[in-house]
Amino acid sequence: MHLILFFLFAGFCLAGAINLLLQTHPINSALSLIVVMTSLAVLYLLLGAEFLAIAQIIVYAGAVMVLFTFVVMLLNAGREERTLGSRAAARVGFPAVVVLLAVLATIILRAQGLASAHLGVGLTNDPNGSNLVVLSQVLFHELLLPFELTSVLILIAILGAVAIARAEGSKVDGSERTAPK
Amino acid sequence: MSFLHQDVPLTWYLLVSAVLFSLGVVGFLIKRNIITVFMSIELMLNAVNLSFVTFAYQWHEVKGQIFVFFVMMVAAAEAAVGLAIIIAVFRVRATLAVDRINLMKL
Repeated sequence: MHLILFFLFAGFCLAGAINLLLQTHPINSALSLIVVMTSLAVLYLLLGAEFLAIAQIIVYAGAVMVLFTFVVMLLNAGREERTLGSRAAARVGFPAVVVLLAVLATIILRAQGLASAHLGVGLTNDPNGSNLVVLSQVLFHELLLPFELTSVLILIAILGAVAIARAEGSKVDGSERTAPK
Repeated sequence: MSFLHQDVPLTWYLLVSAVLFSLGVVGFLIKRNIITVFMSIELMLNAVNLSFVTFAYQWHEVKGQIFVFFVMMVAAAEAAVGLAIIIAVFRVRATLAVDRINLMKL
């Protein structure tokens, strides 16, 4: 059962990623990325990370990708024009990618201890059925300060996004946006 | 029927993660639309998250999953700011092609 689910959703994942590269229209790429992220959520579930699977769907496949599709439609992004790209990308980039993949695969395949570690004994680390209790204890006791700091980070990001995306000439053209004196 | 009950080695998850990361790098190199380039960065972040979750499973350590949680939060903030920058760039240059945004190129 694990094997079937793994092959099904790893296949979805890789097919979505390849489709992201092949599509020329940005909205199709965005929809393929949603497929990749949802399949990754199922893989997280297989690895016993229920909280992360739900957070992946809500945060990534929900919020972030809605933002992406919203921007694609707002800017009316059309079909991208295929150019040859920079010569540095072709000459240095692609051999570097091949070397990177080869090195990563070699390290992973030759690593000791990974080959003996098998999945499928139980869905979760915890014999009680869920590791959500352990995760929340660590997150809200040991790592409370970093967790609260992320809220400050999100707040700064919201303010920065509003400040950057606000039109410079909005005081001139947008009559409804003019601040009342 | 024994094929169906076979275990999945954790190595395969790591290989999926490595291939996803490489596909993200390739997308970063070949895509010419700035939004799609940004999507490739998100793909790379997701690939790294998958390997974090895999190692968290292997070591029976919950902190790997918490690290993924923080990566997700930072990625959400990065997406908001990055898309705002894309909107600002589009407003100034009226294009999304990265070849045309070459003011700082030598």
